[in-house]
Amino acid sequence: MPRIRATNFLISLLVLALGAWMIVSSTLGQARRSAATRAQGLAGWEQVYQVLTHPRCINCHTATSYPQQGDDRHRHISNVIRGPEGKGVPGLNCASCHQETNADSTGVPGGHNWHLAPLSMKWQDLNDRPLSSAAVCRAVTDRSKNHNLDGPGLLKHHEEEALVLWAWNPGRRPDGTMRTLPPLTHQEFVAATRRWVEAGTPCPTGR
Amino acid sequence: MATYQLNVNGQRKEVTVDPSTPLLWVLREDLKMTGTKYGCGVSACGACTVHVAGVATRSCVVPISLIGERPVVTIEAIGEDPIGRAVQNAWVEKDVVQCGYCQSGQIMSAVALLKHTPKPTDTNIEESMGGNLCRCATYVRIREAIKSAAEQSK
Repeated sequence: MPRIRATNFLISLLVLALGAWMIVSSTLGQARRSAATRAQGLAGWEQVYQVLTHPRCINCHTATSYPQQGDDRHRHISNVIRGPEGKGVPGLNCASCHQETNADSTGVPGGHNWHLAPLSMKWQDLNDRPLSSAAVCRAVTDRSKNHNLDGPGLLKHHEEEALVLWAWNPGRRPDGTMRTLPPLTHQEFVAATRRWVEAGTPCPTGR
Repeated sequence: MATYQLNVNGQRKEVTVDPSTPLLWVLREDLKMTGTKYGCGVSACGACTVHVAGVATRSCVVPISLIGERPVVTIEAIGEDPIGRAVQNAWVEKDVVQCGYCQSGQIMSAVALLKHTPKPTDTNIEESMGGNLCRCATYVRIREAIKSAAEQSK
């Protein structure tokens, strides 16, 4: 009898050890997968950041009372100012020149509801220098600043919003040449956003 | 070439022009309405300002193909509007004009301002009129006239 008890005890011990090993190994595996997903998400974000800080995007995400224009991001001509709703002021609205579509014959870009991004979505400092990747990421993911968009909402915004899409169809400059495009195609931009969103919209650390 | 049915100063107008033609040149060349002036051609000076669906619009950069059904009002008809009439009266009262070339655009922008902001501050005036250049520098008189028109329109 004592021998049988000892055998049972040993078997129980083995089962417990095996169970513990399975739990530990599963947790470690999950941690490795999670780390990989976060790394992929951060890599996706860095691609997104390269697009957001391209002149086609950041020229209307200013921290100042005016929009910018051109690849050199100079102050918008005609003393255009932001106005209370980001659409200029009476007599000098965005819509005074910018129509529903690009006007290639005159070189004025256009799109639906042409306007400046709100100051909560500024991606530059007051000296027109782009904010860091971490700072832009924090702003973009802050639901108190981004019209309460969660990850899927941000993805949809990047996929479908008319003025986002405009960045890949920016039309001609007044001299007839084409405006430059962001560094990724729209398809690549959406794919990078998706990787970032699926990883839980991680942001780089730092200021 | 394409044919467009326009609503200009409350009247139907038909023009057959290249779709890329700016509204300014349709007004001046095809409809012979020369009150709207060509200044810079790149929306930098405001001399060509008209109203499109009530919005002060730089007609030199808006192709006719993008106007659609929206009504166009030019300097020729702005006096039929009570605020437009008040602005024109104030312009005369304050003797604003010097050479006069930019003034039709100035008046169109001033009317757009007063329709949205009946009692504008100096800042409102500077912001709304900041895109209308006057090489004779009549800016001080323009500001006085806008304030006078605001008083008249009460």
